[in-house]
Amino acid sequence: MSERELLQQPVSELLEQRPYLRDFFVALQLGMPGPGQCPAAFFAGLQAAQLAELGLDHAALAAQFVDFARHMEQFQHGGDQPVRKVTLLGGRDKQGRPEDVQLEFAPGEVVCVVGPTGSGKSRLLADIECMAQGDTPSGRRILLDDRPPDEAARLSGEQRLVAQLSQNMNFVMDLSVREFLTLHAESRLVDDSQAVVEQIFATAVELAGEPFTAETPVTALSGGQSRALMIADTACLSASPIVLIDEIENAGVDRRRALELLVKKEKIVLMATHDPLLALSGDRRLVIAGGGIRQVLVTSERERANRRALEALDRRLLAVREALRRGETIDFDF
Amino acid sequence: MKLVTLAGPPSSGKTSVVLRVAEGLADAGLRVGVIKFDCLSSDDQQRYEKAGIPVKTGLAGGLCPDHFFVANIEQGVQWGRRSGFDLLMVESAGLCNRCSPHIREVLAVCVIDNLSGVHTPRKIGPMLKTADVVVITKGDIVSQAEREVFAFRVRQVNPRAAVLPVNGLTGQGALLLHKHLQGAAETDSLEQVRLRFSMPAALCSYCLGETRIGRDCQIGNVKTMDFS
Repeated sequence: MSERELLQQPVSELLEQRPYLRDFFVALQLGMPGPGQCPAAFFAGLQAAQLAELGLDHAALAAQFVDFARHMEQFQHGGDQPVRKVTLLGGRDKQGRPEDVQLEFAPGEVVCVVGPTGSGKSRLLADIECMAQGDTPSGRRILLDDRPPDEAARLSGEQRLVAQLSQNMNFVMDLSVREFLTLHAESRLVDDSQAVVEQIFATAVELAGEPFTAETPVTALSGGQSRALMIADTACLSASPIVLIDEIENAGVDRRRALELLVKKEKIVLMATHDPLLALSGDRRLVIAGGGIRQVLVTSERERANRRALEALDRRLLAVREALRRGETIDFDF
Repeated sequence: MKLVTLAGPPSSGKTSVVLRVAEGLADAGLRVGVIKFDCLSSDDQQRYEKAGIPVKTGLAGGLCPDHFFVANIEQGVQWGRRSGFDLLMVESAGLCNRCSPHIREVLAVCVIDNLSGVHTPRKIGPMLKTADVVVITKGDIVSQAEREVFAFRVRQVNPRAAVLPVNGLTGQGALLLHKHLQGAAETDSLEQVRLRFSMPAALCSYCLGETRIGRDCQIGNVKTMDFS
C-alpha cells in the first residue's frame, strides 16, 4: 500500500484490513479518528500545540504513521520464509585450539548440550543467539539457510533466532491466562487469535497434568502449570525457529510430550540437560568442555533402548509420587 | 571521540549494561570513559572505578536533572577529549519520563527492563521514542511471551530503533550493542548542536524554593488541571 493510500483511505476501511493500526492512535493518546475520516484529515485537525507536547509536528506525525504501518506490515510477513537450516561453523576453545566442527540443525530436531558448569554451554547459546560471525570470543560463525545473516537485520535485532525457556523464568504480568495469551497472539499479529489462544490453553493443561482454568491469573499458576503454559505458548506462538530449554527436569510437566509438541511445531530444540531421560531423547548430544564442542554423539540404538528402560523406572517413581500425593503408604518392596 | 547518550528509568540496568559493554570495548583496545548524571546520590562511581573505568559523577541536587545535564554536557565532552577517550558514554536517569537527554547526531541509547510492565513503552515518551537503540534488560527472569510482547510494544512506539536484549549480569547480547557503539559518530564539540526533544519547561515559584501550597504561592509557568 502506498503512502498516499495509507493516509487518504477512511480509517474504518484501513482498520478492517489492518487492525493493528488502532494501536498507533491508542499509543499516541490523541483520540480515534471518526469512521469515515482518513488519517490525513484527522492529523490535520489536531492542534500544533498538542503535537508539540509529543515532540511532533504535522509532517512528522504523518511520517511516523506511515513508518508504523510499514514496520507492522514487515513484521506480519516476516514469518513467511522460516529458517529451514541453521549451520554452526566451529571456532576455537578457551585455549585457542581450533574447534573442528560443522553442525547443521534442522526443524523438528532435538539436540542436547551436556558439559559441566563453566564448560561453555552459555557461550555456545549466546553465539547462536547473536548469530556470531567470527566476532565473538569463540570465533564461531552461524549461517541461516547456508548464508550469513544480513548484517543490518542482525544489528536491528529484528530476527530473533532463539526463544528461551528456563527454570528461572516467571510470569510477571497481572493478567489471566486467556488475557495473557490473547495479548501475545495480538503482538504476533496472528489472524485468528481466539482459536490460537484456545489451542494453546488446551495444550498447556494437557502438559501440566493438573488442570487450571483460563481465568486463573498467570502469576497464580503452580511451577508445573507455568512451565506447561510457557512451553505450549512458545511452541505455538513464538517466531523464533530455535527453542533453548534449560533445566526443565524438575518442572512437573510431561517432559516427553513437551518435546514432542515442540518437534511437531517444527522447532529446533536445543536442550541443556543432564536428566538421563531428556538427554537420551535427543537425536544428538553436543559435549562441551573447555569452551569448545569436544564431541558430537549421535544417540545410539543401545542408548535408545536404555532410555526406554529408564522411562519404565521413571513411571514407577512417578506412581510412587502419585501414591504419596493421595496419602498412601509406600511400605512395599519397590 | 565517539559520544553516546544512554538514558533509562531508575533501576533499569543502565550501569550494568555500560559495564558489560565496556569490557568488550576495552578488549577491542578502546579507551572508554563515563559521565554519570544523577539526582541525589549514586553508588555507581565505585562500580565504575572498581571496573577501572574513568568516571565523573554529576549530582543535580535541587535542580531539574535534565536542565543540569544540558548545562554540563559540553564541558563533559571536553573533559572526555582531554582524557584521551575513544568513546565517552553519558549515562542519565530519565526520571520523569518526559525527559530525554538525546542529542541530534549523537548515538542515543535507551535502556528499559522487562519487569517494568508491558504498558511502560507507551509511558516513557521521548527518551524511548527518539532513541536509535533500545536495550531491553532482565529478560532472563520473565517468560518468552512477555519478552516478545514487550519488544513488540517497544517497536510500536519506535519503529526505527534497533531493539536489543542484553543481560546486564552475564553480558549476553552485549556484542550487538558494542557494534552500535563502535559505529557512533565522532564528536568534538556540542556547541550549537540541538537536543532531539525539548526539555520539560518550568519557571515558577517552586523552582525557586517555594514549599507552601496554595494559589497565592504559585507564580510563573503554572499549568492547572480541570476538576470540574
